Amino acid sequence: MSKVRVLVGTKKGAFVLTSDAKREKWDVSGPHFAGWEIYHVKGSPVDPNRIYASQTSGWFGQLIQRSNDGGQTWEPVGNKFVYDGVPGTHQWYDGTPHPWEFKRVWHLEPSLTDIDTVYAGIEDAALFRSSDGGQNWEELPGLRGHGSGSKWQPGAGGMGLHTILLDPKDAARMYIAISAAGAFRTSDSGKTWQAINQGLKSEYIPDPNAEVGHCVHRIAMHPSRPNVLFMQKHWDVMRTDNAGDSWHEISGNLPTDFGFVIDVHAHEPETIYVVPIKSDSEHFPPEGKLRVYRSRTGGNEWEPLTKGLPQSDCYVNVLRDAMAVDSLDSCGIYFGTTGGQVYASADAGDTWNPIVRDLPAVLSVEVQTLK
Amino acid sequence: MIRVVLPAHLRTLAKVNGDVLLDVANPVTVRTILNALEASYPMLEGTIRDHGTQKRRPFLRFFVCSEDWSLESPDALLPEAIASGTEPFYVIGAIAGG
Repeated sequence: MSKVRVLVGTKKGAFVLTSDAKREKWDVSGPHFAGWEIYHVKGSPVDPNRIYASQTSGWFGQLIQRSNDGGQTWEPVGNKFVYDGVPGTHQWYDGTPHPWEFKRVWHLEPSLTDIDTVYAGIEDAALFRSSDGGQNWEELPGLRGHGSGSKWQPGAGGMGLHTILLDPKDAARMYIAISAAGAFRTSDSGKTWQAINQGLKSEYIPDPNAEVGHCVHRIAMHPSRPNVLFMQKHWDVMRTDNAGDSWHEISGNLPTDFGFVIDVHAHEPETIYVVPIKSDSEHFPPEGKLRVYRSRTGGNEWEPLTKGLPQSDCYVNVLRDAMAVDSLDSCGIYFGTTGGQVYASADAGDTWNPIVRDLPAVLSVEVQTLK
Repeated sequence: MIRVVLPAHLRTLAKVNGDVLLDVANPVTVRTILNALEASYPMLEGTIRDHGTQKRRPFLRFFVCSEDWSLESPDALLPEAIASGTEPFYVIGAIAGG
């Protein structure tokens, strides 16, 4: 019988939530790495028992943890992230050159085909890869070496590489996104990169054709259509149908088009989810109502999903890596909040229930569907 | 034997209880103690000092015989009380974060 395992990273540890396919009763394991910030936890598609976690601390720096038994036990692996060559500079908040400095790993993306290959998106923005299960890490320097690297500037939360999408139909192609540089695509396994930000509009950038500088919050892709991407930008929900060559807005009737998360239904490539957040100065839901919005038309037409979610006095945020979907027949949707709740819907968003209510602030949510 | 007292999070990471005991050949300095510590507990590499620069992480301090040794040269000789194990070498996490 199928099972679901939800991997939750929080400000004070990791939690593993498991349930059968009904997704009604949950077992909660954790905190793992108690007291540490866990930016991201993600399992290998090749072997779901192989899980990687990014463990970080302002005091003790970065660790990478690896599990080979589905998160029951963990071992620290390599934590040496050294930029390739002379790192150079990017732009600081005030526009002055600032040296590239490693701070933390925001996102881990295990390979679709090799259990020991995993990518890491780090702050200050760069892409690293390990081919030995996380023991050793090497930068893919072509990304920072993209001609625009010296113009990249951090967003308010830092200059993190937070999104890594691997194309299941073309092993050489992947997409990444950086706050606040924008989105990039490689078609040669990371050797060279192309900025894919045409069509994005950001009020704070005077040049409407600016190659970089866009604050992309998250990109999502359905594995069956790797040329179609959905983006939650700082403001605006966007879509591309040509692998990022051009984007158009699909915010439609959303109450606000600011937000962080975006994801795609496991079986319906035109069904997408966002959680609108009031504004960049008020990081909570509009009107104190926590609402997931679903579009079944690939954008523009959105419906609020509220059953089971707090509809008054709710002032949490949902961070960029904190939404995921399972692949059971009735697609499950999951998201975590800065208030420590992890909500689950076993019916594609029609109804919601909290799996847990009182975790530390949730930084990331991933889901594994286990056969 | 040199005695090293680690912050709680690093004791958990290294899976040790109480003081860490290390054999450290002369000269006994901050650098040679940390080298020996990381050799015995590789998972601590990068958590006390930076991988590349070997600089002390900003929110950690080193205390020796009740004195803050954090700003001393890592190659300065430590007092005999540390070398003999009479006094422990403290790695202390700063009280920060509000």
